[in-house]
Amino acid sequence: MYQHDVLVIGAGLAGMRAALAAQQAGADTAIITKVTPVRSHSNAAQGGINAALTHLGDDWHEHAYETVKGSDYLGDQDAIEILAQDAGRSIIELEHMGVIFSRGPDGKLGTRHFGGQQRARTFYVADITGAAILHVLFEQILKAKTRVYEEWFVTSLIMEDGECRGVVAMEIKSGKLEVITAKAVILATGGCGRVFEPSTNGLIVTGDGMGLAYNAGAPLMDMEMTQFHPTTLKNNGILMTEAARGEGGYLLNSKGERFMEKYAPTFKELASRDVVSRSEQTEINEGRGIDGCVLLDLRHLGREAIETKLAYINEIAIDYMGFSLADKPIPVRPGYHYIMGGIKTNVDGLTKIPGLYAAGETACVSVHGGNRLGANSLLDTVVFGRRSGEHAAQMVKSKPAPKVSEARVQQDEKHIKALLDRPANGDSVAKIRLDMGNAMTENVQVFRNEQGMKTALADIKKTQERYKKVAVGNKGKVFNTSLIFALELGFMVDLAEVIVAGALARKESRGAHARTDFPDRDDVNWMKHTLAYNTENGPKLDYLPVVFTQWEPKVRSY
Amino acid sequence: MQITLKVKRYNPEATSEDKKSYFQEYKVDAPADSTVLDSLIQIREYQDESLTLRCSCRGAICGSCAMRVNGHAGLMCKTKVEKALGKNNVILVEPMGNQPVVKDLVVDMSLFFDKVRAVEPYLQPVGPEPKEERIASNEDMLHLVGVMSCIMCGACVSDCTVLEMDPNFLGPAALAKAYRFVADPRDGKTKERITEYNKYGGIWDCTRCMECVQVCPKGVDPMGRIMMLRTKADELGTKDYSYGVRHADAFEDSVKKGGKLNEAELVINTFGFFNVPKLLGMLPVAMRAAYKRKMPSLFHKSIPGVQSVRRIMSKAHEVEKVQGKKPMPR
Ligand SMILES: Cc1cc2nc3c(=O)[nH]c(=O)nc-3n(C[C@H](O)[C@H](O)[C@H](O)COP(=O)(O)OP(=O)(O)OC[C@H]3O[C@@H](n4cnc5c(N)ncnc54)[C@H](O)[C@@H]3O)c2cc1C
Ligand code: SF4
Ligand code: SF4
Ligand code: FES
Repeated sequence: MYQHDVLVIGAGLAGMRAALAAQQAGADTAIITKVTPVRSHSNAAQGGINAALTHLGDDWHEHAYETVKGSDYLGDQDAIEILAQDAGRSIIELEHMGVIFSRGPDGKLGTRHFGGQQRARTFYVADITGAAILHVLFEQILKAKTRVYEEWFVTSLIMEDGECRGVVAMEIKSGKLEVITAKAVILATGGCGRVFEPSTNGLIVTGDGMGLAYNAGAPLMDMEMTQFHPTTLKNNGILMTEAARGEGGYLLNSKGERFMEKYAPTFKELASRDVVSRSEQTEINEGRGIDGCVLLDLRHLGREAIETKLAYINEIAIDYMGFSLADKPIPVRPGYHYIMGGIKTNVDGLTKIPGLYAAGETACVSVHGGNRLGANSLLDTVVFGRRSGEHAAQMVKSKPAPKVSEARVQQDEKHIKALLDRPANGDSVAKIRLDMGNAMTENVQVFRNEQGMKTALADIKKTQERYKKVAVGNKGKVFNTSLIFALELGFMVDLAEVIVAGALARKESRGAHARTDFPDRDDVNWMKHTLAYNTENGPKLDYLPVVFTQWEPKVRSY
Repeated sequence: MQITLKVKRYNPEATSEDKKSYFQEYKVDAPADSTVLDSLIQIREYQDESLTLRCSCRGAICGSCAMRVNGHAGLMCKTKVEKALGKNNVILVEPMGNQPVVKDLVVDMSLFFDKVRAVEPYLQPVGPEPKEERIASNEDMLHLVGVMSCIMCGACVSDCTVLEMDPNFLGPAALAKAYRFVADPRDGKTKERITEYNKYGGIWDCTRCMECVQVCPKGVDPMGRIMMLRTKADELGTKDYSYGVRHADAFEDSVKKGGKLNEAELVINTFGFFNVPKLLGMLPVAMRAAYKRKMPSLFHKSIPGVQSVRRIMSKAHEVEKVQGKKPMPR
């Protein structure tokens, strides 16, 4: 049994930022993570991080407004104001920690253009921004000597008297389960990208935190809001950053036309992601695609710009497609990328469960509403990661250490033993996961409709049934990844159901949720957040009004 | 295309020694332009769930999937099947070297991170913190992108020839990381850092074998960074001849004499035969080496063809002179 004041689950940007804040505020803090911190999926973020820096002549109101507009008026404006106002400080803080942000000619921070925003306010490190920030936060964690339970997998939250008092977790190397108690637990477990197949997300991005919170009784919010990124590779779903268009790249159809001029005359390729993805899909559906894709053309940017500012995606093109972006346009298509929804929190990261916080992609504050602007997610992780850490550290000061019985591990031990001892006549994790991913990609896509989503829901229910008999092909204790994949899949089949249920219920089109049977936004009936609670009969839906401060809903055009 | 993956397996839970470590062959149907990681995942998902490896991003950015393919370390998600295919369409996959194996293709990377920790891997600016960003040139930042591209995969550490014999060496990744701070105009501890990296196990222990440069999947060029640190040490006049430099000299002498490395002699020549405390300090290293069945014999035989080795080495020195290259600081 281990004990801490604040226990952060996850060592991505949100988790490490939260832990640093909690530790600096004097709390005994530890991080627990299923992968070594630098393997966290934040490292895949390429393009950059948004902020309106006053001393560079920008204004946070503009950033906030464009975020509100990007969210299709589903984002809570109080939270968005905090995000935009705190952005400047966050960037400077990261710079002071050592992030090697790109510079302008005067040696001050330099910016690039990103989608849905008039002004260039995206700070970046070539096209490895996420990795560059993640590694610097890791440096800070090493400096602070924060305790990290590395390669430990959290199997459940300990709930007593309606309060979260710690976690049960497995040390992957030994297979041993342990209780770790904490006065506050912060979930910073990232998105749930593997619910879809293919996905830009890494194989570890399985929504565990959302599943843990949902199982513990916390509601998930706006889970139907899933973002499809306009430029992903067809076969493996790997991302070509929006920065490619930010630096001036074109999207072309089979006739060689820059089709975005038609759909978004002002912003063109740099309209909001939902808009660009729909435009691409329309081109493809109407027969102007190439093999299910459109083309991303960067040749006019010149070899030098490509090899310095977009070196990583150029490396990907060479590795996986066999050519340089300087020589040939690359086929891309909309692909699953990000979830705007997540565990419902307030602006301090607190969920509906006392003692339980959430931050980063796993949380829904909500600042992204129906559609996230590119480069706002990294910002979300550091702003709300920090706020959660600070709030938790204050909260634990007046709280006695929880007493939890060591016997609590037995519950999870029994569950895992049952999973391993099961007769091997069920389907494998891999088969069930693939069917789930395909069902989602087929029918819960860029364009959705009632019939398709009903099919998806039925398919997901089938995968849930099959999951009850899933066969785990490895019975060992040491580093049993097979067991971990099974546990992750358990979370994912439920999250898939929540996504589809929310999407089916929302009878309008807003942000990334575009329905062919309800093509218009319906502010009278649907200007509200979806909440999903876990019950024995699946998700129970409820709704919550959106918070408005200064921006009235308008028709969205780019 | 039908290929065979010959995979080194290790199961610490096996009941008998011979069942613990062995090679297993898997047949996979793999498109030529797919990656070795694709094949390993296919095996793990559809043939043998017990096959254990780390991987996540599939895009050469998370650093999880470094292993040895056909004897050399690299990222499996960046290694194309068609390039890795050997005779009879076989690809040999083993865990990384220089780090203990936990299970199958998973190694314990604590040694890797201990070394990173040892170089004080965080920015240490001096002076008051400005309200805004620190001013720096874009060129300097771009130069650092090259080093910050390190994804801590461990491939260089796996194949570093010095680490293989001397676990005290900080190694390529940690020293590249060290360079990242020395080259950062915002860091104020250059001199202190260089003084530290000068010591035994530091920048002078690299033998410039190039392995790390060749296996690094991200073009970090650890050896080049170590050489830049040496130049910096020269400039600052902090070059410390006591151990490190002698270690490099001893390394060369050893190769010249016997055609290969005599590790025991190397240690003695580095510290001097009568430096009893230091030699005793090396005992744990020797014991670990012995444990790994790598205890060097004190009386090495010359390899056949030692003459050619000597010729190559003197030729290398000549070429350096003729090309007017500033000889590598050593
Ligand atoms: C390819 C790609 C490119 C992107 N580019 C950008 C961009 O340019 N700009 C931008 O703003 N956003 C971008 N995003 C989005 C952004 O990167 C993510 O939303 C963000 O990094 C998520 O960070 P996080 O800290 O919430 O989670 P993550 O970084 O995913 O970290 C999750 C952590 O939780 C831990 N964890 C999970 N489950 C468990 C468990 N059961 N037990 C223990 N530990 C657990 C993991 O080990 C990990 O450490 C991109 C996303 C992708 C996929
Ligand atoms: S060049 Fe130096 S650091 Fe690199 S592998 Fe060889 S000895 Fe190791
Ligand atoms: S220097 Fe290269 S090989 Fe070594 S850990 Fe970093 S990325 Fe991997
Ligand atoms: S899977 Fe991430 S580096 Fe290979």
